[in-house]
Amino acid sequence: MATTRSRSAKAASKSGANDSAVGGRHKAASQNGLPLDHTTLLDMYRQMVTIRLFEEAAQKAFRTGKIGGYLHLYIGQEALAMGFLHSYQPGDKIITAYRDHAHALILGTHPRAVMAELYGKGTGMVKGKGGSMHLFDVKNGLWGGYGIVGGHIPLGVGFAYAQAYQQSGNMTQLYFGDGSIHNGAFHEAANLAGLWGRDGMNPCLFILENNKYGMGTSVERATAMTDLSAKFDSYGIEHEDVDANDLIAVLECAQRVTKMVRETGKPYGIEAQTYRLSPHGAADFLERYRSKDEVQSHRAHDPINVLEARLLQADATTEAEMEKIRADAKDVADDAVKFAEESPDPDLAELTTDVLAD
Amino acid sequence: MPVMTYREAIRSAMADEMTRDDSVIVMGEDIGVYGGTHLVTDGLIDKFGPKRVIDTPIAEGGFTGAAIGMAMTGMRPIVEMMTWNFSFQAADQIIQNAAKVRYFSGGQVTVPLVIRGPNGGGVQLSAQHTHSLEGFYGHFPGLKVVSPVTPADAKGMMLASIRDNNPVIFLEAGALYGTKGEVPDGDFVVPFGKARIAREGTDITLIAYGRQVNMLLNVAEKLAGEGISAEVIDLRSIRPFDEETIVTSVRKTHRAVVVQEQWRWFSVASEVAAIIQEQAFDDLDAPVLRVSGAEVPAPYARNLELAAFPNEDQIAAAARRALYLEK
Repeated sequence: MATTRSRSAKAASKSGANDSAVGGRHKAASQNGLPLDHTTLLDMYRQMVTIRLFEEAAQKAFRTGKIGGYLHLYIGQEALAMGFLHSYQPGDKIITAYRDHAHALILGTHPRAVMAELYGKGTGMVKGKGGSMHLFDVKNGLWGGYGIVGGHIPLGVGFAYAQAYQQSGNMTQLYFGDGSIHNGAFHEAANLAGLWGRDGMNPCLFILENNKYGMGTSVERATAMTDLSAKFDSYGIEHEDVDANDLIAVLECAQRVTKMVRETGKPYGIEAQTYRLSPHGAADFLERYRSKDEVQSHRAHDPINVLEARLLQADATTEAEMEKIRADAKDVADDAVKFAEESPDPDLAELTTDVLAD
Repeated sequence: MPVMTYREAIRSAMADEMTRDDSVIVMGEDIGVYGGTHLVTDGLIDKFGPKRVIDTPIAEGGFTGAAIGMAMTGMRPIVEMMTWNFSFQAADQIIQNAAKVRYFSGGQVTVPLVIRGPNGGGVQLSAQHTHSLEGFYGHFPGLKVVSPVTPADAKGMMLASIRDNNPVIFLEAGALYGTKGEVPDGDFVVPFGKARIAREGTDITLIAYGRQVNMLLNVAEKLAGEGISAEVIDLRSIRPFDEETIVTSVRKTHRAVVVQEQWRWFSVASEVAAIIQEQAFDDLDAPVLRVSGAEVPAPYARNLELAAFPNEDQIAAAARRALYLEK
């Protein structure tokens, strides 16, 4: 199937220091009522668990003062990026806002390079210049990592125009949160995407990560039109919803819609329903805007638990195997922390480089 | 040498580069079918088609952001701001993305983008349609800012802008689109960061950029009749800035007046004055004077507008003050 090819192609495209300990091994096998073979699905499970443990380690480092600035965690949303990025093909462009650790890890940036960036070390993926909000790994398809809510959305539409103009056959996956859909940048960019897409000039998949809160303001407190994906209608962009806590549902959706976007050059909208289990940022201790009961009720639908149940039900794994995966993932997270802590600060000479290009 | 208008010089540079390089496109409001509000892009759509000459809706933030995205990924877009006043709508894109993304990506991306359009006042467009934004954009590391006044520089600096691998803020003298001048043939590039000595002199240095340069030349002629030899410097490039030409001139003349249309506070003239006192303090025989726009939003009525911007009498008076010929 197409995604099997794309995954293999991506694995083959990796090289050098950025080789992933998260993305990685893959071999085709038989199916069992699931859209992909067990090996692939189990590997995704491994990646999701690794992301979870990586971020929990980062949160701990933040709360002990080792990570500065802001730190926005993807906890509870892992199946979303995992499912859509499985349809990534070399040359595609991925752009997102500041909740970006998972995207980097899935695309193949080494966890060490991600953690070192969070620590502000010279070995970080952007040399300690961007931090948590500005993860870039262009070689692996990650084009940022942006800190202004909504501000990156027009860039993604521009990427897609360039891809069509260059007849590359590639597409852009443009991730943005429910908080940003109220910003003018979304509306101006979506309007352009719809307009340009009419001529096949905008292969852009808009992936609205609806985690129910823009910072501490719930969707209901931010708009009278709470059916967010209806906003795509204003710009002639077709769309659908997906339960983004169910990896299997996301994979099915992603395979289908990315194929369509590539073939038509038209944008398409996804409202990916999820829930942010973690605080808005690691410094959001109080969470006055929601109850503990509410958060607790969503834990039952934690994407990692959902996937575990799916895999067990299909006899794709065992408790013992999952335990081993969790232990391995813990090692990866611990190794990333150790690497970051032992890494040198950026060279002071880096202060003034990368302002202008030659 | 062929004679062109300022408008034609800019258009010719864009057309030449579009012919030479498929990755160059232009986009903006009514730049295609309509021909451009100021006709700078007139005819380009017929030659290059709608995929390279893109008419956009009136949404500067959206299309400027999209252009930044294109620039990051292999294209060289030229965005027309119908007037620079509208760029505030796109300021988040220009400042937060175009100027900084190279830095916060650790050098992984480049943004070869030109944003161009008319800057400054003088044509009775009143408060919201009249700004001189060279100081504003000149403030941000990661941007280059230029402001040519002659048709030759307009062409040469536009070629340099399109070929530059950084975002360039190209501020056109909107009141001068119809002025004519000789423009060298062929691949004529005017590099950034080099001021132009528009007239040589020995008694005082007059410094400006954009349409004020023409006023300085008139003032210098008038002062010559009074026995004063004024040197006129056209900065052309606001960022990067040619400190050497300015300081060398002041070391010769020992006096300087800096003229600008924009407001004085936190402006280009303030920066120029500071550079002169830092680097040529002992050579100065008088304080560096600034002649700037009145500290008011631009008015509409012709007499009020004229009073809001520097005029030749004010500049000449400032020059005489710097020479202690007038109080």
